[in-house]
Amino acid sequence: MEELAALERKLMDDIATAADEATIEAVRVGAIGKKGSVSERLKTLGKMTPEERQVMGPAINGLRDRVTQAITARKIELRDAAIEARLATETVDVTLPVRPAPAETGRIHPITQVTDELTAIFADMGFSIAEGPDIETDYYNFTALNFPDGHPAREMHDTFFFEPGEDGTRKLLRTHTSPVQIRTMENQKPPIRIVIPGKTYRCDSDATHSPMFHQVEGLVIDRQANVANLKWVLQEFCKAFFEVEHLNMRFRPSFFPFTEPSFEVDIQCDRSKPGEVRFGEGDDWMEILGCGMVHPNVLRSGGLDPDEYQGFAWGMGIDRIAMLKYGMPDLRDFFSADARWLSHYGFRPLDMPTLFGGLSS
Amino acid sequence: MKFTLSWLKDHLDTDASLDEIVEKLTAIGLEVEAVDDKSVFKPFVIARVLTAEQHPDADRLRVLSVDTGDGKPVQVVCGAPNARAGLVGAFAAPGTYVPGIDVTLSVGKIRGVESHGMMCSERELQISDAHTGIIDLPEDAPVGTPFAAYAGLDDPVIEIGLTPDRADCAGVSGIARDLAAAGLGTLKTPEVRPAGGEGACPVKVTIEDADLCPGFALRMVRGVKNGPSPAWMQQRLLAIGLRPISALVDITNYVTMDRGRPLHVFDAAKVAGNLVVRRAKEGETVLALDEREYELTAEMCVIADDNGVESIAGIMGGEHSGCDENTTDVLIESALWDPMNIARTGRDLGIITDARYRFERGVDPEFMIDGMELATAMVLDFCGGTPTEPEVVGYKPHEPKVITFPFAEVNRLVGIEVPAEEQIDIFKRLGFGVSGSGIEIDVTVPSWRLLDVEGKADLVEEVMRIHGENNIEPQPLPSHGAVNAKILTTLQIRTRLAKRALAVRGMMESVSWSFIPAAHAELFGGGGKALKLANPIAADMSDMRPSLLPGLLAAAQRNADQGVGDVALFEVAATYEGDTPEAQRRVAGGLRRGTAALSGGGRHWAGNGDPVGVFDAKADALAALEACGAPIANLQIERGAPDWYHPGRSGVIKLGPKVVLGHFGEFHPKVLEALDVTGALCGFEVFIDAIPEPKRKATRTKPKLELSPFQMLRRDYAFVVDKDVAAQTLLRAISGADKKLITNVSVFDIFEGASLGEGKKSVALEVSIQPTDRTLTDEDLEALSAKIVANVEKAGGVLRG
Repeated sequence: MEELAALERKLMDDIATAADEATIEAVRVGAIGKKGSVSERLKTLGKMTPEERQVMGPAINGLRDRVTQAITARKIELRDAAIEARLATETVDVTLPVRPAPAETGRIHPITQVTDELTAIFADMGFSIAEGPDIETDYYNFTALNFPDGHPAREMHDTFFFEPGEDGTRKLLRTHTSPVQIRTMENQKPPIRIVIPGKTYRCDSDATHSPMFHQVEGLVIDRQANVANLKWVLQEFCKAFFEVEHLNMRFRPSFFPFTEPSFEVDIQCDRSKPGEVRFGEGDDWMEILGCGMVHPNVLRSGGLDPDEYQGFAWGMGIDRIAMLKYGMPDLRDFFSADARWLSHYGFRPLDMPTLFGGLSS
Repeated sequence: MKFTLSWLKDHLDTDASLDEIVEKLTAIGLEVEAVDDKSVFKPFVIARVLTAEQHPDADRLRVLSVDTGDGKPVQVVCGAPNARAGLVGAFAAPGTYVPGIDVTLSVGKIRGVESHGMMCSERELQISDAHTGIIDLPEDAPVGTPFAAYAGLDDPVIEIGLTPDRADCAGVSGIARDLAAAGLGTLKTPEVRPAGGEGACPVKVTIEDADLCPGFALRMVRGVKNGPSPAWMQQRLLAIGLRPISALVDITNYVTMDRGRPLHVFDAAKVAGNLVVRRAKEGETVLALDEREYELTAEMCVIADDNGVESIAGIMGGEHSGCDENTTDVLIESALWDPMNIARTGRDLGIITDARYRFERGVDPEFMIDGMELATAMVLDFCGGTPTEPEVVGYKPHEPKVITFPFAEVNRLVGIEVPAEEQIDIFKRLGFGVSGSGIEIDVTVPSWRLLDVEGKADLVEEVMRIHGENNIEPQPLPSHGAVNAKILTTLQIRTRLAKRALAVRGMMESVSWSFIPAAHAELFGGGGKALKLANPIAADMSDMRPSLLPGLLAAAQRNADQGVGDVALFEVAATYEGDTPEAQRRVAGGLRRGTAALSGGGRHWAGNGDPVGVFDAKADALAALEACGAPIANLQIERGAPDWYHPGRSGVIKLGPKVVLGHFGEFHPKVLEALDVTGALCGFEVFIDAIPEPKRKATRTKPKLELSPFQMLRRDYAFVVDKDVAAQTLLRAISGADKKLITNVSVFDIFEGASLGEGKKSVALEVSIQPTDRTLTDEDLEALSAKIVANVEKAGGVLRG
């Protein structure tokens, strides 16, 4: 028994001092392997008398169990230590910056974003999107829209012209998106509900005018569509676009050759803080769009009888409403493709305007 | 159009405040652009200089004691040469803002002497440029009272932006009529009485072209004295920005503004013979009142005498026959001109005058003779003299314009009920004639609205604007009664998707000019005559762009010049192949500069970005096409990109032999040099309008997914081929070995080296093989390999040993 106790002390000591997995394995083989010191003792049980066995059996088996347990425990300890040591060597500086994802650095231009916002709103009101060419004829840009030849209103448009062609007529860059009204009426029977975003051109340049700019035009033609409906459409649009719950609007009679009656529309705003415009509050007014009932001559140009069909139209600057909503100070920057400007005023590619998710984040 | 409040009140009897008037003007369509209520003048009072002593330390300064009316004289240091005891002038106390010097006064010491305010010059008050001395008022000017009221400077000035249709409001009387109709007072414009006259006008008028001049009235007043006009008239003209000249000239300007009726006066002594209204002779010249010489064309209408052209009709008089202080006999002209001709002549000559402004919008024909009579009365009043009888030529009263108007039209177009009586009342107050009864009436357009009011819609506008558009309640547009279907066209959808797809690849969307410099357009296959602007806003914005790339390249260079050398830009927009709608293409284009690759550019601890190249552009191009729904698997890539690309590092993307969907590559160094652009650059353009329209699908169900239960195998091969053999050839040859089993072939290495021989390269490929019905045996695989090798051999490749 003494001897067993000494063996146990030695083994336990070896287990405790084993510093790595190889050493502990050697200890295991030396103790409980086939020819291990404990295994050898177990083999002696068979030759013992029952009385001896009754004493020594539990002693030796107990020793084996304790040694086995100790080895297993030590093995786990050593493995854990080894893993820890390995992990320690694998440590990196996690503060090192990673490359930004391309989807984070890419940008959508505010004009595109605002056009998508408009599309989301007007789609909800049952409108489709129509488009037309930038290079237009005098007929579509002026004559069909009730601009008589030589009328002063033509001059207000500062038109870009091309050199006259062989037939003597000269094409021009459309000064507004309104030619698409005529092109649509020529190809589609009422009811018509369209919005027309696109590039427009006038020979004019300063902080709020650019020789190329973007307009969105709306057109509704039906047997019944009146100023009260027009007011509703514009009011709902402005509230949705500027993302405010209330917005006072002011309709002022005005003049456009292609509408009668015509209005200019102002919206209520607060411009008391420099560089910031708040809509739906304050006591300032800001002109935002022109509109009116489609002129009977324009309906006739589109092949419609003005006593049977009627409708309304409006137009506004996409760049302008983008500037108002998002606060860009100078229109000319829109066309400079300056990466710093795009990065700041542009939109992340996955910020897609929807009504269900909010137009802007 | 500017006018003053007191001027308006000559025509309108009203108790309304300035604010009410301004608000109503805007509400009825006469948009107020500016109001100057003259409050800046309020602090200035009339004061008398009691004593004026020499300043102890300055020769040119005097120390004044000034009585400002409150009995406590103040000390003022003044440098004006006319500062003297007894002078009555305009005083500004400390705290007053003096507009002419843009300074708010404070008590200060001037050369050691305290000064408690300022005696002002006209320039300091911005009344005139006079600055030779301080204002010197008559002895009896009431000391202590506001200077502005005394000097007539407290009359508020209102400026309205007139829309082109409202020629009737190009005179104060017309504005008053509109306000009265809108319920803001009573119109009280005085009647014009004929001035009578003795004997016929000695100068006769012949109209050669009645279309250009539908009427002409002329009268001579003999024995006038052309001094300054009365102070009240000068003040009003000054207030609206017109310089008083002489009584005769001021009268014409005043009537122009007061009644919207432009007039002209000739010095009769300088007119030779009779007047003829005719077209100018080609190349004929005239020295006009602005002292500039104009060369005229046969399109233009003039008034001439035996000496030649005396006036550009309806636009500007001639210098030669103008009136001055020596004029004793004056000819007063009031005529009608063709608006279109006036507009064209004014535009062609570049002359903007108050007369042109009114004539091109259309003046009231019925006021032609009255205008002359009104001016005659003023001439007689201010300058004396004896009038002749008027000479009136060509004039016929206008044909009345009658519009049949159903009352219901207001509700039809506007959506409000305005009672018939109110509609009639509005028409009458605006001067329209009304006759008939029942559900529709005949409305006669007044002579001053002939060009403006054409039909029912115009009458609706009159009713609506006077009734008040704020009384219109918004009404919802009826719903279509269904969930909205897709509203975008295929091209609109592609445009949107291409933009988002490219932005997700780290590119920034640019919106650049549709017009570019001619030289740039020519480099990219454009510059044709049909796409050149006749009147570009700048020389480098002259040609419609044939490609998005020149604009993007210029933008990249601008960014580089700003220190942003790694930049990726794209644009999805129009390019122009011709001037027809069909020739306007929809293109997605982009470029990358420096190291701005998809994986990120610049220097980085984990590996620096390489300069961008042809494959970056190719990947962008294909991504844009894929986003737009192009059949990517069926596209061919070929050489032969347009010549602005690097010939060896560019490609064409085709669908079938004919449809070109795009190009990509690095750029030709000569093109970059011509554009003055530097750096590593690659770019692409894809024609998203050329992708075939997707087939309409009968069902949205996707094809059933068949997953093979057998393991996929991968085998690597390396083939040696001639250097110019395209990878695509090998890929096709291998795929063709068994289209069912081979699901993918990828190139994982390209090697060139002396060991392979001159002009050779080795291409290493991984072939993915997916059995579908059974596990492949070694024999199966060997057979497939043999087929692959044989196919490649046919294409000129040898299996690398």
